[in-house]
Amino acid sequence: MPPRPLSPHLTVYRMTRYTLATSIFNRLTGVGLSLGLVLLVYWLTAVAGGPLTLARAERLLAQPLMKLLYAALIVSFCYHLVAGIRHLVWDTGRGLERAQSERSAWLVVIVSIVLMLAVGWCVFASAGRTP
Amino acid sequence: MSLRTPLRRVLGAGSAREGVHHWWQQRLTSVALVPLTVWFAVSILALPSFDYATLAAWMRGGTSALLLILLVLVGTWHSQLGVRVIVEDYVHAPGARTVTLTLLSYLHALLAAAGVFAVLKVALGGGA
Repeated sequence: MPPRPLSPHLTVYRMTRYTLATSIFNRLTGVGLSLGLVLLVYWLTAVAGGPLTLARAERLLAQPLMKLLYAALIVSFCYHLVAGIRHLVWDTGRGLERAQSERSAWLVVIVSIVLMLAVGWCVFASAGRTP
Repeated sequence: MSLRTPLRRVLGAGSAREGVHHWWQQRLTSVALVPLTVWFAVSILALPSFDYATLAAWMRGGTSALLLILLVLVGTWHSQLGVRVIVEDYVHAPGARTVTLTLLSYLHALLAAAGVFAVLKVALGGGA
């Protein structure tokens, strides 16, 4: 096959470019949420399996290492949600100018961090009953 | 000489006539997932506990069962579309690409079926 242009290449471009960083992080968090989907379905099937199955599953879900995963999922969810809304705004043809998208990139980072902290606080406040 | 009519070229739908199909589905699902995921996050945080009785009662509620099924279906479809693009971008060997895409499609179908079945089992099961 003749050499053809490759899409989003991770190593040849400068990652400090705001567009590249926000875009690739959107993909990464998307993959993270796909794994979260596996966790969600596992949890749903555990409930469907009855009290004993759920108790066994929740012992696994309460492992200290899983807390790290939940934190990653919260970060992924918040970022992917906010960055996804930015994409939907772009789809209406708005905000595509360089200066605008630079501004919205920062907005995405700030809003998603605020959201992460808010969700994190809610989870922390309800700790003890979370699995 | 091109056999394509000027109109077809303008519409840009290609021979399979589905030029923007993937793109549009990704948008359709992402718009739906905004309220669905926010609802899910809020409901989970609002649950008083995560024991079986609480969760089963929550899933037996018609609204939450319906929204959970929608979340699983729309979520797996959105995930399938997104992961597919990533594989198409980064897995270059034709054989490996086809195998990866096939496996991922099956995996998403399995997730969707298992999730919907689990919710229905609890919602319609009438007590464990």
